[in-house]
Amino acid sequence: MTAVNRPMIEVSGVSKYFGSFRALSDISFNVSDGEKVVIIGPSGSGKSTILRSINCLETIDRGRITVGGMDISDPNINICKVREEVGMVFQSFNLFPHKTVLENLTLAQTVVRKRSKKDAEQIAMDLLHKVNIAEKADAYPAKLSGGQQQRVAIARSLAMNPKAILFDEPTSALDPEMIGEVLDVMKTLAIEGMTMVVVTHEMGFAREVADRVIFMDHGKIVEEGTPEHFFTAPSHERAKLFLSQIL
Amino acid sequence: MLESHSSQPPIEVGDGAAIPHKSDAGLFTAWRIAFFGAIVLCLFLAFGRPDQYMAIFMFIPDGILVTFKVTVGAILLAIVFGLIAGLGRLSGNRLINGTASLYVEVIRGVPLLVQLFYIYYALGRFVKIPDILSAIIAMAFCYGAYMAEIFRAGIQSIPKGQMEAALSLGMSRRQAMSEVILPQAFKVVLPPIGNEFIALLKDSSLVSILAVSDLLRRGREYASETFNYFETYTVIALIYLILTLFFSKLISLMEERLNDGR
Repeated sequence: MTAVNRPMIEVSGVSKYFGSFRALSDISFNVSDGEKVVIIGPSGSGKSTILRSINCLETIDRGRITVGGMDISDPNINICKVREEVGMVFQSFNLFPHKTVLENLTLAQTVVRKRSKKDAEQIAMDLLHKVNIAEKADAYPAKLSGGQQQRVAIARSLAMNPKAILFDEPTSALDPEMIGEVLDVMKTLAIEGMTMVVVTHEMGFAREVADRVIFMDHGKIVEEGTPEHFFTAPSHERAKLFLSQIL
Repeated sequence: MLESHSSQPPIEVGDGAAIPHKSDAGLFTAWRIAFFGAIVLCLFLAFGRPDQYMAIFMFIPDGILVTFKVTVGAILLAIVFGLIAGLGRLSGNRLINGTASLYVEVIRGVPLLVQLFYIYYALGRFVKIPDILSAIIAMAFCYGAYMAEIFRAGIQSIPKGQMEAALSLGMSRRQAMSEVILPQAFKVVLPPIGNEFIALLKDSSLVSILAVSDLLRRGREYASETFNYFETYTVIALIYLILTLFFSKLISLMEERLNDGR
């Protein structure tokens, strides 16, 4: 029964150093099942680092992160198992350039989930329809626009049936006219109840989709609250300044 | 100053557009002139001067076959050595990393000819292996060290995000390496591996100092019987030239096809 009540992602007292630079200091927050959390803040504030730490792409120096009840810093835990459950979407898409769009979606399904090629392709095609790019299934990523690539990347991560998806500035590398198509896909996922942690500069998206906004600066959580609270009446001076610059 | 220079016109170095492009040469590219020139010269010597040259052409084909065997065997084995050592140099394990680095440093610091002697004569005292095989192993061991650097650089040239994307999909490092990184790195390393192959083809002539009857040694055997040194070594040089030009063309065609694919 405790598993039901337990948050999907628990971050408690996490600190990380790059050399002597303190990238994260004493970060704690939880993300419960189905919750959408948006992390915002100036560049260098540690928001990407905390996201990457949840997926164990960065190791943390202090504190604890659990995902679905699994402690990711426990050396006995198979980190691949954790990553199977948590998808990640990158700023630079990171599609596999030597594989077609369809193969990008089927690779991990067959290698990690051990699905048959036929099943994997069926799932992949359904997802490509969902993100509106099925007609490019046989194209190579280099032939796609940035927005199209990012939609494929989202579909690729969905193909693993993750319990949560982490978005690391998914629209920051896109031309302005392509941001909308990616945000639309993300909004659809949000409505469907996907657990999402999103690092972004898209304040409109944060306002519309987020259950909770976390504002970070200098590796610390400065302010945390509902979007209404954060965007209309931020209590912290630093958050006010940031908002006045970005809005 | 200017006066003294003007008496001797310096070589004009073109910049950018002024340098003749490959396609400007039309039919007569350097490669075609060298390759077909060598073939025509061979045919002319064989049939125009049959009394001096025909016997040479009859005598050395065995040697071409041996040269070919040594080259292909050594390159394949060198790729295996190089891949293992290249991955070893990227390993986080200090022992593996240190061993691989030591191999690369030591081998690259000893001349190939010395290594050939060493493996053939020194190690030949303890283990009995066929001549040609020990030649192949010695060549591969040496070239593997250079190949390791090619593989290491090739793997490192793949953006970090590729590994991260693969890992975040739940793949193990091993799976990510074999499914995502190495297939991409292969394309990057193909041109330098092609160059190594050509270099190895030429360096394989060094095995003639061992008891391996490669192209050069067959030539030496013939020349020392007949004293036709000039004729024999002319033919030997022409055959090496034809072989290397042929393979370098093959490799550049392969590269072009790989680049068209994407």
